[in-house]
Amino acid sequence: MLDKTGIAKRIAQELQDGWYVNLGIGIPTLIANYVPEGLNVVFQSENGIMGMGPFPYEGEEDADMINAGKQTITAMPGAAIFDSATSFAMIRGQHIQLTVLGAMEVADNGDIANWKIPGKMVKGMGGAMDLVASAENIIVAMMHTNRKGASKLLRQCTLPLTGVQCVKKIVTNLAVLDVTPNGFKLIERAPGVSVEEIQAATEGRLIVEGEVPEMVL
Amino acid sequence: MNKVVANAQAAISGISNGMTIMLGGFGLCGIPENCIAALVEAGVSDLTCISNNAGVDDFGLGLLLQKKQIRKMISSYVGENDEFERQMLSGELEVDLIPQGSLAARCQAGGAGVPAFFTPAGYGTEVAIGKEVRYFNGKPHILEDALTAEFAIVKAWKGDRFGNLIYKGTARNFNPVMAMAGKVTIAEVEELVEPGELDPNFVHTPGVFVQRIFQGEKYEKRIEQRTVRSRGN
Repeated sequence: MLDKTGIAKRIAQELQDGWYVNLGIGIPTLIANYVPEGLNVVFQSENGIMGMGPFPYEGEEDADMINAGKQTITAMPGAAIFDSATSFAMIRGQHIQLTVLGAMEVADNGDIANWKIPGKMVKGMGGAMDLVASAENIIVAMMHTNRKGASKLLRQCTLPLTGVQCVKKIVTNLAVLDVTPNGFKLIERAPGVSVEEIQAATEGRLIVEGEVPEMVL
Repeated sequence: MNKVVANAQAAISGISNGMTIMLGGFGLCGIPENCIAALVEAGVSDLTCISNNAGVDDFGLGLLLQKKQIRKMISSYVGENDEFERQMLSGELEVDLIPQGSLAARCQAGGAGVPAFFTPAGYGTEVAIGKEVRYFNGKPHILEDALTAEFAIVKAWKGDRFGNLIYKGTARNFNPVMAMAGKVTIAEVEELVEPGELDPNFVHTPGVFVQRIFQGEKYEKRIEQRTVRSRGN
């Protein structure tokens, strides 16, 4: 089974040289730490920077330099800063090659819910709806089950949707899965996790074909 | 051409109960601190505020929420504010949550004279309820209206008497598009300079969009999430 860092490391393997990438808050943010050596990947934060760098050294924080999670950041050499409309033009106009974000639920047709729990949590969708409606390549990074142990990979989402039929790939603590017209296709198992365990934790349709390899980190 | 007003109090003159105002900023970054303080002091109420976020409990728009001066918020993300959540769940505060990119584009459209546009963001979600759907290149889009406001309040790093503005870092965010969308746009700046001191090649907001400008008395520039790395690595 993977921890959050493991999920980030596995998704980092999906990165390709020259890609512009938007990382959501939470597990996705960790991916920036595991970019394979030799790859040039540029990270966007949707509040308005392309070429986001690491957190600043203590004492060098700048209130005017934050990411979309409101964390203090730095800019990489070659970074560019722009307004919010330009930022979402990059997203909507499909100038960004990969979006990675978290989710509360994903359905086996690619629907995603990650912004609202009616009556409980209403913080808003931020940029998530623009990102999922626009990106061609969306990976969801999340735990396979919620805190109560219930599956987050469902036949149908129960929470208000963020986007429809948009998720392409999911990396969880248990598995890597592709979203196909017939459901979640199991691509890889996390180290030490059996197909049966993944099946038991997946409420949506799961497609298992032949031997499913264990992921290599 | 002199758009300079004396201070925040003078800048907000004319903003009255029940008006719709836009406020730039992302989280607490690039927010018009001095004008928000002046609005709290002036006690105007029943405001509709268009702003990406709603501040935190004791800073930014949170200060107006505490005094119950806001009737309706139009935002994309409003976490980090307990008082906001309380007022929303109790029904005291009306809230219209819209996708962040649509918010930016709606302000830009409002300022640019484009009354509405189609976007894929929000299709198939509750954001799309009641909105026209049209397919372009086989993909569904929803019709979003432009946003304008009686007053837009933005914060820039430097500005001149003509209202030309330059922002610093990611404090730019929503400020340029909101500057376009106000019938009256108020700019507060950290440094007010003379025309000619800003290189026209690097002006972000042309002064034509700005009606009033002043240098803010002081800037706290509070950091919401201070994240650092150690030098040891």
